[in-house]
Amino acid sequence: MSASSQSQGPIVRWIDERLPVFSFMQHELHEYPTPKNLNYWWNFGSLAGIVLVIMIATGIFLAMNYTPHVDHAFNSVERIMRDVNYGWLIRYVHANGASMFFLVVYIHIFRGLYYGSYKPPRELLWWLGLVILLLMMATAFMGYVLPWGQMSFWGATVITNLFSAIPGVGEPIVTWLWGGFAVDNPTLQRFFSLHYLLPFVIVGVVVLHLVALHTAKSNNPLGIDPKSDKDTIPFHPYYTIKDMFGLGVFLIVFMAFVFYAPNFLGHPDNYIPAEPLVTPASIVPEWYLLPFYAILRAVPDKLGGVLLMFGAIFVLFALPWLDSSKVRSARFRPIYKQVFWIFLADCIVLGWAGAQKPEGAALLIGQLATAYYFFHLLILMPLLGRYEKTKPLPESISQPVLKS
Amino acid sequence: MSDTAHGHGGGDGGTRRDFLALAGAAFGAAGAGLALWPLIDSMNPAKDVLALSSVEIDLKPVAVGQRITVKWRGKPVFIDHRTPDQISKAQADDKADLKDPQSDKDRVKKAEWLVMVGVCTHLGCVPLGQKVGQPRGEFGGWFCPCHGSHYDASGRIRKGPAPKNLEVPVYSFLNDTTLRVG
Repeated sequence: MSASSQSQGPIVRWIDERLPVFSFMQHELHEYPTPKNLNYWWNFGSLAGIVLVIMIATGIFLAMNYTPHVDHAFNSVERIMRDVNYGWLIRYVHANGASMFFLVVYIHIFRGLYYGSYKPPRELLWWLGLVILLLMMATAFMGYVLPWGQMSFWGATVITNLFSAIPGVGEPIVTWLWGGFAVDNPTLQRFFSLHYLLPFVIVGVVVLHLVALHTAKSNNPLGIDPKSDKDTIPFHPYYTIKDMFGLGVFLIVFMAFVFYAPNFLGHPDNYIPAEPLVTPASIVPEWYLLPFYAILRAVPDKLGGVLLMFGAIFVLFALPWLDSSKVRSARFRPIYKQVFWIFLADCIVLGWAGAQKPEGAALLIGQLATAYYFFHLLILMPLLGRYEKTKPLPESISQPVLKS
Repeated sequence: MSDTAHGHGGGDGGTRRDFLALAGAAFGAAGAGLALWPLIDSMNPAKDVLALSSVEIDLKPVAVGQRITVKWRGKPVFIDHRTPDQISKAQADDKADLKDPQSDKDRVKKAEWLVMVGVCTHLGCVPLGQKVGQPRGEFGGWFCPCHGSHYDASGRIRKGPAPKNLEVPVYSFLNDTTLRVG
């Protein structure tokens, strides 16, 4: 503050003495001591934040032209595609942006898993991230319902019916969710309302996520705490410029989808208007929900499947305690380093299984992958924490660099 | 940062790094501006809105002295089948003290048909006078009840806060009894 206020002009100083936005930015961006060894896997947090902003911006403009009514929703989306100036672009950015958001966030989560970013003192940071993931799933699901195509309608029917598995109160809860006796206009209208609301709730949790981050400070590829000023550099300009470069690369991928394969990640059935009397031949969620869909279908019991699916996310909340190893980074954990990749492959297999018809080999593979998912988190992680022989940690972040 | 910059100093003290930073920031700002344009432009009238920009009206049932209102682009259009009395009064008023001087001849294509956008040029209310029994103001034209603007038989502003005459839209007579507005 003192150093910055001297270099500031009188107007900035006048504002800052009354509302310390400039010293806040100075403190959180310039002075924020960031480990100097962050690699490109650390880009994905800021990328996720930028995608969130893109989603909210495009969503606000889509909402200006969208009609949340069963008689008009599908046609209003087609009007956006054909008549509204750049409506096609805004909608394709929004639709593919949802996929990009999950892609970026999943990479962000697996980075955290590899480098042990969920361990003390970052447990709440991890929890807040998982809350964001849950909110994203709810938001994405409700957004997918809005175009009111066949996949919208039947996806909404299947997902809301999950709650009917709750013993006793299941049916009344589903009726309450629907506002009727089937997915219909009241459902669509409340989904639109909530789809508009939840992103701002996500923004709020992101702010908490950042407060927790700036309190516990960033983890790093070595997983050891910075020992001195020599181990850190200011966030700005070093990581702002690195984040900007990563953003450029990311936007190339994002825009490649938007301009060259805008419907690649979607399902063609959603271009058929919703028909409450005919279910499409196969119902699959968007790719980013497929692993959880596979877990749901792995269990031949309604309640069991639903519990296991939600359990797959809630078990992650316990990860900071399930993984009792004192060493954060997988670089110094020779066995965890291997099983991490097996776990990642297992999640991809789950995603594949979720896209198949639930029968024969695909069902069996889905069940095995589900079993391994929970085996890894509930049994392997505690065992590794106890018995794995870890490599010696460097004394500081600078030490391994200076030695070589 | 200048203490760690190793670029060649320019003649005016700027370094190569300063130039790159400035060029990069300018490029980024231009890109962000271009990315914003589709969002802003999406709020302009869409193609289906523009497609509704003309209406055709059958004038056959409109008797002399009758005024009708049609909707064009979401706004009322006043069509006044004027009587010879009204026409001569409007033409006589060409010499009156006009706030927005315009002769009656310039406001019509056929003297008996006065076609105007029925939106008060003050703050957008619809003036009274289209229906029998409604006040027509002090000059036998239209009267806006919102803030008391008086329009004459040619739709010109004569008294009150409105700054301009009632707007004459683009229109044409397709034949003797068919009018196209827009």
